[in-house]
Amino acid sequence: MANVIKLRKGLDIRLQGRAEEQKIQLKSNGSYALVPDDFEGITPKVVVKEGDHVRAGDALFVNKQYPEVSFASPVSGKVTAVERGERRKVLCVKVEADAKQEYVDFGKKDVAKMDGKAVVEVLLQAGIFGYINQLPYAVSTTPSTMPKAIFVSALRDKPLACNFDYEVKGQEQDFVTGVQALAKIAKTYVGIGKLSSLDAQLSALSNVEVNVFDGPCPAGNVGVQVNHLDPVNKGEVVWTIGDPTVVLFIGRLLNTGKVDLRRTVALCGSEVKKPVHVDMLVGEELSTLLSNSYDAAHHVRIINGNVLTGRQTSKDGFLGAHSSEVTVIPEGDDADEMLGWIMPRLNQFSVNRSYFSWLCGKKEFQADARIKGGERHIIMSGEYDKVLPMDIYGEYLIKAIITGDIDRQEQLGIYEISPEDFALAEFVDSSKLELQRIVREGLNILRKENA
Amino acid sequence: MKALRNYLNKVKPNFEEGGKLHAFRSLFDGFETFLYVPNDTARTGVHIHDAIDSKRIMSMVVLALMPAMLFGMYNVGYQNYLAAGTLAQASFFELFFFGFLAVLPKILVSYIVGLGIEFAWAQWKGEEIQEGFLVSGILIPLIIPVNCPLWILAIAVAFAVIIGKEIFGGTGMNIFNPALLCRAFLFFAYPTKMSGDQVWVANDSIFGLGNTLPDGFTMATPLGQIGQGAEVTASLNDMIIGFIPGSIGETSVIAIALGALLLLWTGIASWKTMLSVFVGGGLMACCFESLGMTPIAWYEHLVLGGFCFGAVFMATDPVTSCRTECGKWIYGFIIGAMAVIIRVMNPGYPEGMMLAILLMNMFAPTIDHFVVERNISKRMKRGGTK
Repeated sequence: MANVIKLRKGLDIRLQGRAEEQKIQLKSNGSYALVPDDFEGITPKVVVKEGDHVRAGDALFVNKQYPEVSFASPVSGKVTAVERGERRKVLCVKVEADAKQEYVDFGKKDVAKMDGKAVVEVLLQAGIFGYINQLPYAVSTTPSTMPKAIFVSALRDKPLACNFDYEVKGQEQDFVTGVQALAKIAKTYVGIGKLSSLDAQLSALSNVEVNVFDGPCPAGNVGVQVNHLDPVNKGEVVWTIGDPTVVLFIGRLLNTGKVDLRRTVALCGSEVKKPVHVDMLVGEELSTLLSNSYDAAHHVRIINGNVLTGRQTSKDGFLGAHSSEVTVIPEGDDADEMLGWIMPRLNQFSVNRSYFSWLCGKKEFQADARIKGGERHIIMSGEYDKVLPMDIYGEYLIKAIITGDIDRQEQLGIYEISPEDFALAEFVDSSKLELQRIVREGLNILRKENA
Repeated sequence: MKALRNYLNKVKPNFEEGGKLHAFRSLFDGFETFLYVPNDTARTGVHIHDAIDSKRIMSMVVLALMPAMLFGMYNVGYQNYLAAGTLAQASFFELFFFGFLAVLPKILVSYIVGLGIEFAWAQWKGEEIQEGFLVSGILIPLIIPVNCPLWILAIAVAFAVIIGKEIFGGTGMNIFNPALLCRAFLFFAYPTKMSGDQVWVANDSIFGLGNTLPDGFTMATPLGQIGQGAEVTASLNDMIIGFIPGSIGETSVIAIALGALLLLWTGIASWKTMLSVFVGGGLMACCFESLGMTPIAWYEHLVLGGFCFGAVFMATDPVTSCRTECGKWIYGFIIGAMAVIIRVMNPGYPEGMMLAILLMNMFAPTIDHFVVERNISKRMKRGGTK
């Protein structure tokens, strides 16, 4: 039995609209787009032109600083547009899929006989290396430094998340191959939930350690797992895979020689009529999935990802590289709720006992996108620490980031955190500060300073 | 209700940049957000937010203060009628309404002066109104003697809001608890109006209610009596229920306990701070009792004066107390111990709670510093050995 790590801090937000464990078939409309913003911290350099024909696995863009890190097209087809925003920032590279898909063949590999270098090489060639993230800075990693360890979280526990145990069913072999390959690069830690069945197969691998994380969200955050297993110190680099589907991508590549960016997505949220799962490719247009799935008369917010860390998108957005959910919730900007500061507000979720959601047992709540209060200085103490199961003083770290004191940030452990670790703190914060934005900007500044 | 919303939407442009009522923007904002939860939705980060906000938190604290305030009003009447010797003829409502009329002007002055400055400041800085003063504004009337003149109160409130809070950057940035700072200002600037034996019982009738007491009437608080070396006349029962002279809201342990329950229930006040204040005070009072330095039992120290009120409503102020969990234990303990030390060992001040809390407000960041430093040194060591 794997080592069990119990976490007590955290919070499971109970929301309406959890996806049922069944899949619908979806016929793609052929529009795809890969969005560089899905890969945090890279500067994209587009290597295709409009009109070019690409195969699934050919690079669409590369990381400018590390041109060997390319990002593969999910489908074969014709590049129809390279959309740019302000200051020519690349927004997305659009590909119109062919009727018949062609794949670049990278060759089947016998992982047992590969070494770490060879694994990195094949990931770079196939354009999926950039799906691996790193700490410090919580950005898409680079091949310039090899990590001291690799962490994979196979536990998704954010609100309404697509259960990975469900997704991996039938693809266990790919997952095991993926982990086996990562273990060639460095010692690999896999964090799983207590109901996961992956334990037995993974424990047999060499250089792999499996840990069970038992506790409320954010126990599935890879950063939290790193903090409990082998925290990052200044100057060290670990690779993190918080999105376990990436391991499936790696496994499929090695087992079949093809880039197959298919992933299971949960269509969820209180506005969705019938919340279910669906298999989609990274970058697939959402319109087919979303049409008729919610009441168009309502003012809704469509989120690429989950309600805590996802990005807002529109009906014709594209599935994000790391999005395991597409969530639809009410926008709520027409709520006009009266005297909220004193009303019982029985239908709203709160950790605070001045509301009654703590009495409601397993009741699921509908949440809209309202902030429900004005931004203030940090007033209450200890709010963040209650939902941050890391050995870090969250409030002090946030203050150090706001004041731009880099030495202090280092002392307080900024190298160990990523914005998503502060997502729950941002949710519970009574001062309504934009913590994830603050952390992200702090990390970016630090990265620039240290470069 | 729709009509109200429509009306607000209609007048709103007047208050925005360039509107003719722009000078009252902060006031309009304040009332609008008071009536309606803002419809603003998340732009970055998490897409859903907890229903808690600082308005709710402050309202809960105000709610928690209600029992102490209502009892305080009653006790003001009770003390007046008791002093005049007409207690037996007076009804409950006479006592309460006399107290109500005596206390209400103080609450009004406190809120009007304090909120007036807050609104003006928010307008000047272009910020939203901060709710912090909702709590301070009700705390201040509860921690002053009933005979404190209103003009002095107005000056003290202005001092507390401007010097105590706004110059530091507003609620959340202040070092000292504004309500206590207000009291400290009164205490040192106008000592004759704040202590002694002439200020604790209302001595004029109001609108025919109450009794006009003879000039030169004196009545000391139990702690005052100890300070003068006199015998304590109040029974333990009266001390707990609150039928003793004292600052308006501080006398009843039971009413304060009701407020404490609400604060602990909602998690707004830290039980760690609250408990450790009582532990610190209790232990210190035990020491003094066993050394024979204080004429009352250790538990009487905890129920007399502002000890309970300070422990429940002042020491637990999240902004000015310690912010680390470990620090809260130390912070509370020293407050309790220090309050009793000042009471017993300093002949000048019969009451020590205010000074103890203000002193620890000052040292709270230092305590936190050492707690956080422990985490830092752990991290630094870890980096060294790996």
